[in-house]
Amino acid sequence: MLNIEEGKIKQFLQQNNPYALGKLLREIENRPESSHRIMRFVYGYGGKAHVIGITGPPGVGKSTLIEKLAGHWAEQGLEIGVLCIDPTSPFSGGALLGDRIRMQNLTESDRVFIKSLASRDAGGGMPIYAFDMIKLFEAFGKDIVLVETVGTGQLEFRISEVADTVALVTGPGTGDAIQTIKAGIMEIAELYIVNQSDRPGSEETVRDLKMMVSESVGKRWVPPVLETTATKKRGITELSEELSRHKKYLESSGLWQERRRERNRKFFTRLLFEHCWQKINKHINHDQEIRDKISQVEQEKCDPYSLLHEVLSATLKIDG
Amino acid sequence: MSENIKVVMAKLGLDIHWRGAVALTRMLRDQGMEVVYLGNQFPESIVRSAVQEGADVVGLSTLGGNHLTLGPKVVEMLKEQGLDDVLILMGGVIPPEDIPKLKEAGIAEVFGPESKIETITDFIRNNVA
Ligand SMILES: Nc1nc2c(ncn2[C@@H]2O[C@H](COP(=O)(O)OP(=O)(O)OP(=O)(O)O)[C@@H](O)[C@H]2O)c(=O)[nH]1
Ligand SMILES: [Mg+2]
Repeated sequence: MLNIEEGKIKQFLQQNNPYALGKLLREIENRPESSHRIMRFVYGYGGKAHVIGITGPPGVGKSTLIEKLAGHWAEQGLEIGVLCIDPTSPFSGGALLGDRIRMQNLTESDRVFIKSLASRDAGGGMPIYAFDMIKLFEAFGKDIVLVETVGTGQLEFRISEVADTVALVTGPGTGDAIQTIKAGIMEIAELYIVNQSDRPGSEETVRDLKMMVSESVGKRWVPPVLETTATKKRGITELSEELSRHKKYLESSGLWQERRRERNRKFFTRLLFEHCWQKINKHINHDQEIRDKISQVEQEKCDPYSLLHEVLSATLKIDG
Repeated sequence: MSENIKVVMAKLGLDIHWRGAVALTRMLRDQGMEVVYLGNQFPESIVRSAVQEGADVVGLSTLGGNHLTLGPKVVEMLKEQGLDDVLILMGGVIPPEDIPKLKEAGIAEVFGPESKIETITDFIRNNVA
């Protein structure tokens, strides 16, 4: 299915079934440039999904939590999309996408659709087309979209740039969790979860997180700190209630709209950046004159600013 | 051909002993493929996962016993779902006399426990739609 046709895209969107969603997601995953063709039709469909990021260090129980949460919501009749992003091996370019093994019970439900995605060149973050995939889930009528990532992305596209609510999961005894949050390595979250609370050290981690959170007193949303044992389904109802409470908070404060606008604008800026850079880079590679000048810049025979203006006016036709 | 081959790998039914599926999953990753590992699953769930993941390849591992019923069932159900271009492979302990029956049912190839990883990846690369 090289270069999916317009008719096919429209047909898939109208079909609105798992087969069609699977095909469109695969198309973007396989050839990210096909977003250009697909997404034009997706935006008309609107969407109201609550996008929830579940992030945190490897092995703390993110997938197990998602299984229990999504199962809980599916029982209530909600439609759930799950996007699990796992790191690509820097050595082979391949990836082991192993989150589904903890979500086996979900595969039996018609209400839950799970897509596993390799991070590819986004390292610990998420590829930019994850944004499009979430929009596709929305267009296919999902009420809630859960996004699992390993929260180490610093410079990459971050979970907070796609999610309405970010929940950070840690385990007991990970005193470093707080260090990494403070150092800005881990995301700032709207909700903190101490999972594996059946293991020793849980109270201490909860206490530390609560102390950290108390510094945000005076803000209108004080992040709750929750204890869960995902494997035993403990704390799931409370977690789901807190997530809904955050959604209501966003809606009633006007932040829901505001943040989505900001998100859309940021995404557009990001797209512009990526495509302008690609275009300019391509031009530079084909223009011997500019390449010569770059080597002059290397040797400090030409200053970078003069060359910058020259390249800009040659490629973007904007008077720089 | 797909730029990044996506494989959905499952242990068929209740076979829990054969570790080959996990090892093979890692090896395929090391060959540059993106492999979704499902663990033990019955045909219905395997097919549902393949639809959601957009699988190019479905790999089924078995210790034998259930391969003649569950294997062809996966093929049949994938076709019902409209996924007729998915490459379906089987691996594990399978009596040689059953292999023709499996192929007739639509399993593209059967790999025994002694198969080399290169044989498997070459087969996948040459046969993915
Ligand atoms: N004791 C205990 N084990 C848990 C709990 N939640 C999850 N686990 C176990 O922790 C291991 C990792 O769980 P996952 O859900 O795969 O964790 P993850 O954060 O998604 O892991 P990655 O995707 O690899 O980063 C599994 O063996 C789970 O069974 C819990 O509440 N208590
Ligand atoms: Mg996981």
